[in-house]
Amino acid sequence: MVTAMLLGPAAAWLVVFLVLPFIAIIVFSFGERAPEGGYQPAFTLAQFANLGARAAAFANTLTLAPIGALACLLVAYPVAYYLAVKADPRHRMLLVSLVVVPFWTSMLVRTYAWMYLLGGRGIPHLLDLVGFSDVRLLNTPGAVLLGIVYGYLPLMILPIYVSLEKLDRRLLEASADLGAHPFSTFFGITVPLSLPGVMTGIALVTILLLGEYLIPQLLGGGKVFFIGNALVDLFLQSRNWPFGSAIAVTLVAVVVMVLLIAMRIAWRVAGTRQVDLM
Amino acid sequence: MGSAARDDIEFRSVTKAYGAVTAVRNISLNVPKGAFLALLGPSGCGKTTCLRMIGGFEQPTSGEVLIAGSGMNGVPPYRRPVNMVFQHYALFPHFNVEQNVAYGLRQMRPRIPAQEIKRRVGEALEMVRLGGFANRRIHEMSGGQQQRVALARALVNRPSVLLLDEPLAALDKKLRSAMQIELQTLQRELGITFVLVTHDQEEALSMADLVCVMSGGAIKQLGAPQDVYDRPADLFVADFVGKTNHIQATLEADGRTLRLPDGSALDVGAERNIGAGETTLAIRPEAIRLTPGGEPRGEGFAGTVTHRIFLGSSVEYSVSVPALGDFLVTADRSTDEGQLVEPGQSVRLGFDPAAAHLFPASHAAQPEGNTHGQQT
Repeated sequence: MVTAMLLGPAAAWLVVFLVLPFIAIIVFSFGERAPEGGYQPAFTLAQFANLGARAAAFANTLTLAPIGALACLLVAYPVAYYLAVKADPRHRMLLVSLVVVPFWTSMLVRTYAWMYLLGGRGIPHLLDLVGFSDVRLLNTPGAVLLGIVYGYLPLMILPIYVSLEKLDRRLLEASADLGAHPFSTFFGITVPLSLPGVMTGIALVTILLLGEYLIPQLLGGGKVFFIGNALVDLFLQSRNWPFGSAIAVTLVAVVVMVLLIAMRIAWRVAGTRQVDLM
Repeated sequence: MGSAARDDIEFRSVTKAYGAVTAVRNISLNVPKGAFLALLGPSGCGKTTCLRMIGGFEQPTSGEVLIAGSGMNGVPPYRRPVNMVFQHYALFPHFNVEQNVAYGLRQMRPRIPAQEIKRRVGEALEMVRLGGFANRRIHEMSGGQQQRVALARALVNRPSVLLLDEPLAALDKKLRSAMQIELQTLQRELGITFVLVTHDQEEALSMADLVCVMSGGAIKQLGAPQDVYDRPADLFVADFVGKTNHIQATLEADGRTLRLPDGSALDVGAERNIGAGETTLAIRPEAIRLTPGGEPRGEGFAGTVTHRIFLGSSVEYSVSVPALGDFLVTADRSTDEGQLVEPGQSVRLGFDPAAAHLFPASHAAQPEGNTHGQQT
């Protein structure tokens, strides 16, 4: 009874702000666009049949999100390893907060900074001075990838840092004691035991990337459209709510699938131990 | 203690300092091949640091550790012919029992064929009586079973020296005594040098054939268990290994007459070569005879029993003696004719002066008149 009362406000909040809107989106996705825009009740699968019209957005998102997450991982793992294992424990908290501090600045401002750096008066200008003319950086998939790694790095570093920090140092000593070269110890003990953190980081970054809007808009110049950009376009510009809803529902389905697969992998690797993905 | 070639482990003037703290102070030590050495001491005495220097996890600040005759300065743990059973076993949680035990064999170069690894892992598991457990996950094993996995994982590599860091500390009492016997048997069968670190004197005395008592980063005494117990080198060893009663007294110039605090004189039988003056007499609880009935003029000291601890095969009494303080007396039940003395009863305490150890007072670590040594 007490539990029910304590859970009440949270449950009500979830119902009003998450469940109801989601139901509305599902209902919309089976409807039709009203002539003047918006939603008109109907039951049709036409919107889902039309998903192919935004195939490019899906393709961009479903390639750049995992590639971005992997790129983040490659940059984040050494940083997290340094912070958790190599760094002097007295400086550790300072270094970890340095990773987080950029988050205090607006993502918009930081992405604008990259827009300037990659634009005509930034790095391409400098390259021009040393003889490489007509280098194009802004509005390319590479620029979007760079923005992704830059923006999401802390979200990847922190969970990996936590799992490496928890890693029992005696296991590494035991591995060395049993004759393992530091290289073997790293790939045989450290990496497998940090996989829960790695999976958390990948899931976190991938899920957020699937809904990313800002980075493709600013650094992709509308040429590298993500699903997020397609949704903004459909809801705000062409006011095709049912089609936008169908895309949103499909995206949620994809996210759930990503989560399930990630959890399955993490469980298999870590045995039956509890794995927290979020 | 044997020539260098026959020693499995040798410490040559080894010092280990962490900044301003010196954990191990100029230690020299030879451990003959096939010995079972126990490094015994209170926490912070440097015993674990010594073990970790043999394992290669710490490097000496000065001096050198030799294993099987070769200098080990700068040699990393993975190139040393030793294996360790870690205090909390440090088993790999993402591997099952078989994979844990096979880990060391898989690291060997040239590679050992998979079949050979499987055979040796099977043998090692049989040796520690875990034959049917190869596919178990580590967290499915009890503490005692994990301990055996750790043992198998270390021994399967056939090291020259096996290091054991408080290996039995996490086990309950019954299991601990069973494992003590098992470890001793294994050591004799394999003929491998064992180095055990423990703070439990009972464990050291019962398992090892060489006990090294340490304190403050230095060796206080090295010898066979019965030597260390019967002939402690100083008051610290007498206190730490077993229980001891102290009497502060003054040794007179003849070297055999003790002037006790109550004014009486005690003849210690033979001349003791420690110089006249302030002296601490140490006597084991089991060396004291306790006789009921307090004749004021009888032999020994008159006192009153304050506590009784019944231990089954023996009984421990706390006896308060005026002017001398509290004494701990262990009475063997096979000789006390089944008579228990009640607290409050008057008793007399007597002992053979030859069983008493005399130490110059400067050796005394504790300023109190009477202290009972380490509890087991």
